[in-house]
Amino acid sequence: MPGLISSLKNWDDQRTETFIGNLLRVGVLLAASVVGIGAIIFLHKYGGMASDYRAFHGEPEQFRTIRGIFHEALTFRGRGIIQLGLVLLMATPVARVIFSIWAFAAEKDRMYVFFTVIVLAVLLFSFLGSGI
Amino acid sequence: MNTLEFTALVGAGSFVAGLLGALTGLGGGVVLVPLLALFFKVDIRYAIGASLVSVIATSSGAAAAYVKEGFSNIRIGMFLEIATTIGALAGAFLATRIPTTAIAIVFGVMLLYSAYFSRKPRLPNERNLPPNPLATRLKMNGSFPEAGGIRHYNVQNVPAGFSLMFGAGTLSGLLGIGSGAVKVLAMDQAMKIPFKVSTTTSNFMIGVTAAASAGVYLSRGYVDPGLAMPVMLGVLAGSFLGSRILVETETKWLRIIFSVVIAVLGLQMLYHGLTGKI
Repeated sequence: MPGLISSLKNWDDQRTETFIGNLLRVGVLLAASVVGIGAIIFLHKYGGMASDYRAFHGEPEQFRTIRGIFHEALTFRGRGIIQLGLVLLMATPVARVIFSIWAFAAEKDRMYVFFTVIVLAVLLFSFLGSGI
Repeated sequence: MNTLEFTALVGAGSFVAGLLGALTGLGGGVVLVPLLALFFKVDIRYAIGASLVSVIATSSGAAAAYVKEGFSNIRIGMFLEIATTIGALAGAFLATRIPTTAIAIVFGVMLLYSAYFSRKPRLPNERNLPPNPLATRLKMNGSFPEAGGIRHYNVQNVPAGFSLMFGAGTLSGLLGIGSGAVKVLAMDQAMKIPFKVSTTTSNFMIGVTAAASAGVYLSRGYVDPGLAMPVMLGVLAGSFLGSRILVETETKWLRIIFSVVIAVLGLQMLYHGLTGKI
C-alpha cells in the first residue's frame, strides 16, 4: 500500500484527519464518562421521584451558565456533573476547529486559516454571546 | 412513572434509535424528537435540546472511524461549515421565537423528506467533470481510494452548495437534528461530490454545526440534564454498536422499515402541529 498512500496528494490532510478523529473520540468518551458518573449520583438521589417534562419551564440559572454548572458539579450534585459532561461534549467540536486552525497554519494555507477562524468566531459567539 | 423508570425507557428508546440510525445510515437523531414528544409526552423544546446534544455525540464518535477510510474532505467540510454554523445560529434563535406548533410542522415536513430521500433511487454522479474555477481556487478538488485505484473528482457549483448548507444549518439549529439528508443533497447533487465523500464529510460537519446552536440552547434552558443524559448515552451506545455489526443482507429491509417509521412519525408530527396539540 505505500505506493497508494504516497500517490494521494493530500497526505498531510490525511494525517491531520486521523488526529482529529482520535481527538473527537477521546472527547466523546470523556464526556460520556462524566455524564455516566453524574447519572449514578442523580438516579441514586432522585430515582424514585416523579418525572414530568410535559410543560416547559426552562432550566434554572445553575444549569444554564458555565459558572453555575461548574459550581454544581464541584459540589457533587448529580445534575451538575451531567451538565458538565454535556458542556465537555459541546466543547469537543470547538477543540477540533481550534486544532484545524493550527493544522492549516502548519501547511501555510492562509486562506483556510481564515475560513476556520470564521467558523471558530461563530462558535464562540454562540457560547459567549448568548450569555452562558 | 418515576425518574428511574423514565430514564431506563428513554435510554432504551434512544439506544434503538441510534442502532437503527447507524445500521441504515439514516441517522438516529431525526426520530428522537418525535419519539420523545409523541411517545414520552416531553415538551418539544426539551426534546430538541436533548436531541441536539446526542447529535454532537454520534457525529464526533463516528468521525474517528470515517476519517481513517480517507473519504472525507476537510477543506470542503471546513469551508461549508461557515454556512452551516451561521445557519445553525439563525435556526436556534428562530426556535426561541416561533410557536412550537410551527416547529412541529417544519419537523413533520423534514421527516417526510428524509423518508423520501432514503427511498429515492440514486443516480451515479457524472465522472471526469472539468475543473470549476471557484472550486479550484478554494482547493476543494480531491481524490479517494476505490477499487481499481485512486479516483479524482472536481467539485462544481460552490454557491448553490453553500446556500443549501445554510438551509441545512438552519434546520439543524431549529429542529435539533443533524440534517444529514440536506447536507448530502447539497454536496452529492449540487456540488457533484462523489456519494461516499459527501456522506462522510457530512457526518464530519454535523458535530460542529450542532455545537453552534448548542450554546444558544444551553443558555436558554432547553438542555435538561435528567432528559439529555439517557438520550445521549442511549444514542451513543446504539450507534456505536450499529457501526460495528455488519448485516449486509438485512440492511435493505431495515432501511425500508425505518423509512416507513420515519414517514409515519412525520405525518404524526404534522397532525399534532396542525391541530395545535404540541
